[in-house]
Amino acid sequence: MARLEVLKTYKIYIGGAFPRTESGRYYTPKNTKGEALGNVCLSSRKDVRNAVVAARKAFGGWSERAAFNRGQILYRIGEMLEGRKAQFVEELQLQGATTAKAEKEVNAAIDRLVYYAGWCDKVSQVSGSVNPVASSHFNFSVNEPTGVVGILADQSTSLIGLVSQIAPVIAGGSTCVCIASEDLPLCAITFAEVLNSSDVPGGVVNILTGSPDEMMKPMATHMDVNAIVYAGKDATMLNSIQEFAVENLKRVRNYPQDWMDSGAQGLHYITDLMELKTTWHPIENIGGATSSY
Amino acid sequence: MAKKNEKINWEYAPAPESTGHINLKEQYDLFIDGKWVKPNSGKYFESTNPANKKKLASVAHANEKDVDKAVKAARKAYDNVWSKMAPSERAKYIYRIARLMQERAREFAVIESLDAGKVIRESRDVDVPLACNHFFYYAGWADKLEYAFPNREVSSLGVAGQIIPWNFPLLMAAWKIAPALATGNTVVLKPAETTSLTALKLAEIIEESGLPAGVVNIVTGYGDTGAAIVNHKDVDKIAFTGSTAVGKIIQKAIAGTHKKATLELGGKSANIILEDAPLDQAVEGIVNGIFFNQGHVCCAGSRLFVQESVADQVIEKLKHRMNSLIVGDPMDKNTDVGAINSKEQLDVINSYLKIGQAEGAIMYQADCSVPSSGYYCRPTLFTGVAQSSRIVQEEIFGPVLTIQTFRTVDEVIQKANNTPYGLAAGVWTDKGSRIFNLTTKLRAGVVWANTYNKFDPTSPFGGYKESGFGREGGLHGLEAYVKFN
Repeated sequence: MARLEVLKTYKIYIGGAFPRTESGRYYTPKNTKGEALGNVCLSSRKDVRNAVVAARKAFGGWSERAAFNRGQILYRIGEMLEGRKAQFVEELQLQGATTAKAEKEVNAAIDRLVYYAGWCDKVSQVSGSVNPVASSHFNFSVNEPTGVVGILADQSTSLIGLVSQIAPVIAGGSTCVCIASEDLPLCAITFAEVLNSSDVPGGVVNILTGSPDEMMKPMATHMDVNAIVYAGKDATMLNSIQEFAVENLKRVRNYPQDWMDSGAQGLHYITDLMELKTTWHPIENIGGATSSY
Repeated sequence: MAKKNEKINWEYAPAPESTGHINLKEQYDLFIDGKWVKPNSGKYFESTNPANKKKLASVAHANEKDVDKAVKAARKAYDNVWSKMAPSERAKYIYRIARLMQERAREFAVIESLDAGKVIRESRDVDVPLACNHFFYYAGWADKLEYAFPNREVSSLGVAGQIIPWNFPLLMAAWKIAPALATGNTVVLKPAETTSLTALKLAEIIEESGLPAGVVNIVTGYGDTGAAIVNHKDVDKIAFTGSTAVGKIIQKAIAGTHKKATLELGGKSANIILEDAPLDQAVEGIVNGIFFNQGHVCCAGSRLFVQESVADQVIEKLKHRMNSLIVGDPMDKNTDVGAINSKEQLDVINSYLKIGQAEGAIMYQADCSVPSSGYYCRPTLFTGVAQSSRIVQEEIFGPVLTIQTFRTVDEVIQKANNTPYGLAAGVWTDKGSRIFNLTTKLRAGVVWANTYNKFDPTSPFGGYKESGFGREGGLHGLEAYVKFN
């Protein structure tokens, strides 16, 4: 008798664990052929709040990691993704991509992780500065992570958009709550499994599936979210995010990019989700001494 | 409970690192064009363990023809493959090298300690991790060069000839190779004759990483091999770390050629202790500054300046601390100070001990035993020295410290800067504003405040004045390997 295949239950990813949604709800996205992709969690606003709590809890530890260490971990995510390439290609195909396109997308996602891995310990070298103030002070500015970032992932791709939005946020030391593509959610959850086995501490990245329309408001109004990244082109959606963001002055970033474009990466995606801190320190000035040798 | 009269043995039990798992060949050929080739000279020399004078392996002695072969391989790899490769792909090769090194870190540490005489604790915790991290750091730069040089278009130079010293063999190889590859150059590297082995092990890793043949070539040999690299017409860049005397020979040899150069040379760095410094911590810093790696450190804090009011106290504490240093087997995890790298270097150090005494300085050596075989020097300090003493002016490159005192900050700045060198300096004080005053006025490429001998891939390193020019490490380390179009 033929062996019966074991099917995967798609869960969400909060605080390094894989629960089903607290709401118990599900939806069944279909591919272009009309085939059901699975019973995917229809996450609720309570799930959003739980994820924000997890992200905040993880923020202190993650932001205090040495930049070098974050770089090693991002590179590790790339390594693990490379190792599970076949699974992602299969899921992308199931969601409607050709083999060639699917492979291209996974390769691009791996390379993007490696690209941002390299940035971690270089951000402040390029973006920071020593400021020649006129008084006798040593004055310097460095970038620091902004906190908890809400990500509304690109809805038109399953993997590359999500990865391209997450990588710069965690490279800079922030933590995030991501709402995956509603129609193409499979790779998001499998990517969570990759993160979970890549030395990324639980809570640094949290991934929810379901309806962005429903979850956008609890996320954009949440007082413990510091910034929102929105990858879509929907002006109405963007406008509501911007309005909801006002209450605690969230930074709102809109990237309506084609994430497969090799140019859809760069330092500003990191520094957009960072603050700048300037420190002043006196320099004792006891004249006379020559340094003219 | 121990009885009152019972003698307690406070000595550490031996804790030797095992050498069983390392993989060393009896004989090493040259690594040229991705293959191991016999030297044209037919000659091999021995690499020995300075801790017991035992032979570790035979190493090929490359002559001019071998160097020519290596440069040609590097040129071919540059023209056909490496300069054409997408920077992001170049990055991935360098990441691979970093990862493979991390995987074999323990083997590297053991071989480094056997070959160089440095203590296993340092090879394991400093040299090898820093070397891996250097590759990791520069890998990330390969596809980000436009950020390092805003508004300027840069391209690689071509073939880089790199000559490295024996004090940090693997680390120096990493400092040289990683930025050269990241910026798109190919490499011919020559390790020092007493410490070729970890560079050759690195060649094995490079082979394993699948790096295209000829991108990195390792040629072993003596000064004549280095000279052949420096004088080769098809080399575009010379990167040298070593003595100021040889640095000057190189600068002269390449004058009038198109060759770009970075020289990381000698030093006689000042370590300054102010009266408000936390003295116990400062004493640790003095010890680390001069006895780390047996004092074979170009940026060693070899000139100590102590403020007069605390001088007696600091010297007393320092002597006490020196007496507790464990000098001996580099492979023992408890050892603080290992073996002097070679007989030649031990002779140099001993000659300076004589010079110092002849000049009238007072010598103090740590009260410790040293192994009878192998090359060792007890930690040494000189008091009663003058600014003009040879042991104060000249680089000794061994565990020898000179101590001078001062009264005012002005005075110590004058004294500290009064040297042809300008590699590094240390400042110990509780007062932040004073630190920045001193870091501003000291003419040195690196200044450590309340710490000493700290290194990081992100942090540029290099000297002022006769300590050389150019920087290695950090964003600024990239510039040495690019040209502006």
